[in-house]
Amino acid sequence: MAKRDRLSGNEAVAIALRQINPDVFPAFPITPSTEIPQYFASFAADGLVDTEFIPVESEHSSMSAAIGASAAGARSLTATSSCGLAYMWEELYIAASNRLPLALALVNRALSGPININCDHSDSMGARDAGWIQVYAENNQEAYDNMVQAYRISEHKDVRLPIMICQDGFITSHAVENIELLDDFEVKNFVGEYEPENYLLNPECPMAVGPYSVTDYYMEAKRNQAEGMKHVPQVVLDVAKEFQEISGREYGLFESYRMEDAKRAVVMIGSAAGTAKDAIDRLREQGEKVGLIKIRLFRPFPAKEIAEALKNAEAVAIMDRAEGYTNHGGPLGADVMAALFRAKSTAYAINIVYGLGGRDVRVEDMEKVFADLKQVIDDNDAGETYRYMGIRE
Amino acid sequence: MSNHTEIRWHGRGGQGAKTAALLLADVAFQTGKYVQGFPEYGPERMGAPITAYNRISDTVIRVHSNIYDPQYVVVVDESLLESVDVTSGLKEDGAILINTERPREEIVPHLKGYKGKVYTIDAKKVSLATIGRYFPNTPLLAAIVKVAKIMDEETFLKEMRASFNHKFASKPEVIEGNMKALEMALKEVQ
Amino acid sequence: MATDISKLGLKTKWQDLTGGMIVAGAGTSRDFNTGEWSSNKPQFIEEKCKQCLLCVPVCPDSSIPVKDGKRGEFDYKHCKGCGICVKACPFGAITMEGVK
Repeated sequence: MAKRDRLSGNEAVAIALRQINPDVFPAFPITPSTEIPQYFASFAADGLVDTEFIPVESEHSSMSAAIGASAAGARSLTATSSCGLAYMWEELYIAASNRLPLALALVNRALSGPININCDHSDSMGARDAGWIQVYAENNQEAYDNMVQAYRISEHKDVRLPIMICQDGFITSHAVENIELLDDFEVKNFVGEYEPENYLLNPECPMAVGPYSVTDYYMEAKRNQAEGMKHVPQVVLDVAKEFQEISGREYGLFESYRMEDAKRAVVMIGSAAGTAKDAIDRLREQGEKVGLIKIRLFRPFPAKEIAEALKNAEAVAIMDRAEGYTNHGGPLGADVMAALFRAKSTAYAINIVYGLGGRDVRVEDMEKVFADLKQVIDDNDAGETYRYMGIRE
Repeated sequence: MSNHTEIRWHGRGGQGAKTAALLLADVAFQTGKYVQGFPEYGPERMGAPITAYNRISDTVIRVHSNIYDPQYVVVVDESLLESVDVTSGLKEDGAILINTERPREEIVPHLKGYKGKVYTIDAKKVSLATIGRYFPNTPLLAAIVKVAKIMDEETFLKEMRASFNHKFASKPEVIEGNMKALEMALKEVQ
Repeated sequence: MATDISKLGLKTKWQDLTGGMIVAGAGTSRDFNTGEWSSNKPQFIEEKCKQCLLCVPVCPDSSIPVKDGKRGEFDYKHCKGCGICVKACPFGAITMEGVK
């Protein structure tokens, strides 16, 4: 029986983790993710979980400890934000290249500088090439549901890669909203036991983790790692289907919102997608054919599927909550444009940088994006394809 | 859009405006509403102006922006009337609720010509008389529930008692004071 | 899949590597003939040896086998020719070109 509740995104993820009852959780606090280990530490102190909760001295150490625990055979994770993620950079690559299925509850926050504590995606976007699976959420419900599904994806024998469960700092992490929680036993049964094939604490088969790979082997090792990533989309879909059976909630690689006959589309990630949906409903009432693709799985990137979903669009705005400093847009823009190119799309595409450092996104802002796309179609010209939204100029 | 209420709170860091917004979301949730309660975050500095928000609706809330055109505004600290444009975007068919010892007539001139309803409550008086210390958010929570007609008073008091029983399980002696603060505030707001 | 290191080599395809390059199984270094890296080998002069065994623990490659309390001939499959044993021997029972 699902339980209705009202929780912040951080509380929701902490409760998912309590229900998952992982083996090891090393953590170092950083705004706005601090509440996740904070809530979890009280669960541990109250005996509600069997987890070894380890307060460490830095994010470099929290990820290192999570890696060590995972290699030892434990189900492990940590949580962080922004500069904390930056401080784990080295370990992110190590976790992925060692094919360790651990989780990271990431609460997206701008990277310094200028120093800022609010939401944008520059932290996780910077880590997009680290070899981690990245899944994003629009609200507290999705953050919770994604966390529950995380280990099933990450630990799958064809995948065995670390997974980053992302949500927007403050906007969803600290906003109390309605949510439906699964029963503890449902989560327990769904997630199941972690049964690694090889692990350090197995006395029957001692092993070496992370051996040096000379040039003769390094490239084969990276190609082998890429194979795990190739299996991710199918596993994500399979796990989502099973999750729907216990929750009634449907998930895919991305969400298509009112795309069936949309001529103008927005592609975006995170909490502002909810705001975009309100804008779309308003415009649809006026007969405008507008829609949204909200990315759930960003790494690996479902390029073919997204291009297919956009095949009837005449103009597309790709919204990046992070700069790429390429002089032509952000990381999502680059991926979606490449997808459109390979699908021989003739749609006009513009890339809009928005919401940096917590800059608010209003329904009116999203209506303006669709108006700009109308202009592009009317002009038969995309015009400037690298734009900023909500900037004083 | 069916019954959808938007409320903006203006307070100072440390006065509990955020907590009040979260409590309001809590109690509205208990009556079956869709809710949002969230603060606008910055560095946490005691005394600095802060803003918090509530959306309360009969239907699912998807929007994740701040609130620019609220139906209701709550001012937790009247000194903010000088430094913050508290009536910005406030709907004329809505209302503003201000914590002040002064009569309404003295407050209205500070509201930049706002034409809607103006309510006041002396949360300090209520708080000192019932809780014994100055916690403005408990009286203001009751006052905004009444002003914005979030729910009937009986339901509100029942839900709050349940909430306090849970929240103050380890110090039940404060429950009665807080309940009295709510009851007195419901009478005092004008 | 645990690595069968006997199959590892310069012709190994990426498909045949273990995930994460883990090496499952202990004592696998025995199978690698690292002794071929040495350009210089120590010589054991048995008649000068007093079996004090000082050379054994200082060998970084565990290339001085001991049986029944007595050391034997060097394990040249794994000796890298570092010469530490020459320095450790008080009796001149190990010699090596260029090392005294």
